[in-house]
Amino acid sequence: MLFIELVAQGLVQGSIYALIALGLTLVYGLLRILHIAHAALFTLGGYIGVLATNATGSLTLACIFAMLGAGIVGVIIYRLCYEPILRQPPFVALIASIGLYIAFEEAFRIIFGAAGLTYDAPPLQQYVSVFGSLHFSLAELVVMGSSLAIIAALGYLQTHTRVGIACQATVSDPQMAQSFGIRLRTVRDLNFFVGSALAGFAGVWVALLNNLVEPTMGSVPSYKALAIIVLGGMGSVRGTLLASLVLGVAESFGTIYLDQWLDRNAIAFALLILVLMVRPQGLFARR
Amino acid sequence: MAYEISLLTAMGISVIFALSLNLITGFCGQISLGHAAFLGIGAYTSAMLCKAGLPFFATLPVAMLLAGIVGIVVGLASLRVRDDFLAITTMGVVFLFVGIVRQQEWLGGEMGISGIPGSGLDRLGFMWLALGLAALVAVFCIYIQKSWMGRVFNGVAEDEDTMRVLGVDVPRYKLAAFAMGTALAGLAGALYGQHFKYIGPESFGFIESITVLSMVVFGGIGSVPGVIFGAALLSALPAWFQFIGDYKLLVYGGVLFLMMRFSPGGVAGIVRSLLQRRSAGHQPGASS
Repeated sequence: MLFIELVAQGLVQGSIYALIALGLTLVYGLLRILHIAHAALFTLGGYIGVLATNATGSLTLACIFAMLGAGIVGVIIYRLCYEPILRQPPFVALIASIGLYIAFEEAFRIIFGAAGLTYDAPPLQQYVSVFGSLHFSLAELVVMGSSLAIIAALGYLQTHTRVGIACQATVSDPQMAQSFGIRLRTVRDLNFFVGSALAGFAGVWVALLNNLVEPTMGSVPSYKALAIIVLGGMGSVRGTLLASLVLGVAESFGTIYLDQWLDRNAIAFALLILVLMVRPQGLFARR
Repeated sequence: MAYEISLLTAMGISVIFALSLNLITGFCGQISLGHAAFLGIGAYTSAMLCKAGLPFFATLPVAMLLAGIVGIVVGLASLRVRDDFLAITTMGVVFLFVGIVRQQEWLGGEMGISGIPGSGLDRLGFMWLALGLAALVAVFCIYIQKSWMGRVFNGVAEDEDTMRVLGVDVPRYKLAAFAMGTALAGLAGALYGQHFKYIGPESFGFIESITVLSMVVFGGIGSVPGVIFGAALLSALPAWFQFIGDYKLLVYGGVLFLMMRFSPGGVAGIVRSLLQRRSAGHQPGASS
């Protein structure tokens, strides 16, 4: 029974990772930038979620606000920060992004305080039993369901709509796409908006599951999300989803069986280094 | 006076640490986001040996050797993966280091190691030791930079594939850069433990790695005087301006971001372009 419980916990955690990592994958596929500041939008989503829920009493409304807020800030980050340095060597954008993330984290701490915020009356806390002996809180079920739905929808949009195909075309050959009349800037804006909105959405749910938002809540997920997109083969949506779920499950087992050797956060990176040494192109890359 | 001595000692240690990263990232172009792990290896090695009864000076070579050996192992990763992948792998190394040390009772676990025995030098003597070693490391870096090896490093940083075509044994030079850089970080670590008398896993995490990277980037990647300036300034800044103490990380983050956004060459890059503009004569706005 412990086995199934660990798998289930791992899947909940994994679907949250997937929501965060997906935005990173979109950005990486498009611009080849490791967008560490992405996690700041995850934290921002959490703050907006808690503040909006406490103010309006509606979690749905809070989700919408968080997604819009994170999405808009994401586009602003792209326009102000990344667009001007696209031609520089890759480490420039990476370091700029790390700097931006640290500044965001500190800004959250200074504005909202180091102790963090909580929901006045956290919604969806009822427990539901699935298959008799497994217990999930309603919030956990919604997280799993909604992230799977969102990722499936995204996959469908990417392959079956004109906008999605324009995005894919831009990823594979920006110059060619441009000469076919695709506006690169619009595509990039759109990608940043969608990716950041997903991170904001994840922020709301993590805040709800822990009933806490704090300035540092993005730091570990952000680094872990980087490990995930590398494992997933950089820029592949399906690979990212798989890698997230694998990591979620690996962590929930690791905390039980590897606790003497490694702490939870190190497991992701142990896995990452192991995989990269054997398959430098990532676990699920098609190359 | 005790305060200034302590500040200067910390500055000297920061300079060694930043120069050691500059050897890998600046000279050889191999980005490392996990350099604090090697500071940690040096600090833990020296502290454990000191506690076991060895004199401090005898622990220095051991700390350097151990950090260098682990550095070569991590350097092997740089033969396998490049650029972004290498950045993430080295980031993994520092998380792994903290994650492992935390769970080890014999290394003090979460609590760290305190009460590290002294070196026999007084505060002033130790300050001169740190500053002297910093100067030595700086001379060593300039020597490397000017040597045949430094030129190969530069070539690897600029265009690895071309160097390979030219018949240069690229892996060997990369490993050499990692070995030297991490051994020097180990030296800085030993001094760090001795200076603060306390070390814990949190002192050698990702934030510390970023801090040292920001020193290098701020000063100017690859420039020895630039990196010395960057390390000295950024390590002293929070102490000089007590009021920014609470905003220290905000300033670090902001500086890192603004520098990359507006001048990827750091202070050294700004100075260089100013000098060039002057020597180019009176052609205002010609190049912009």
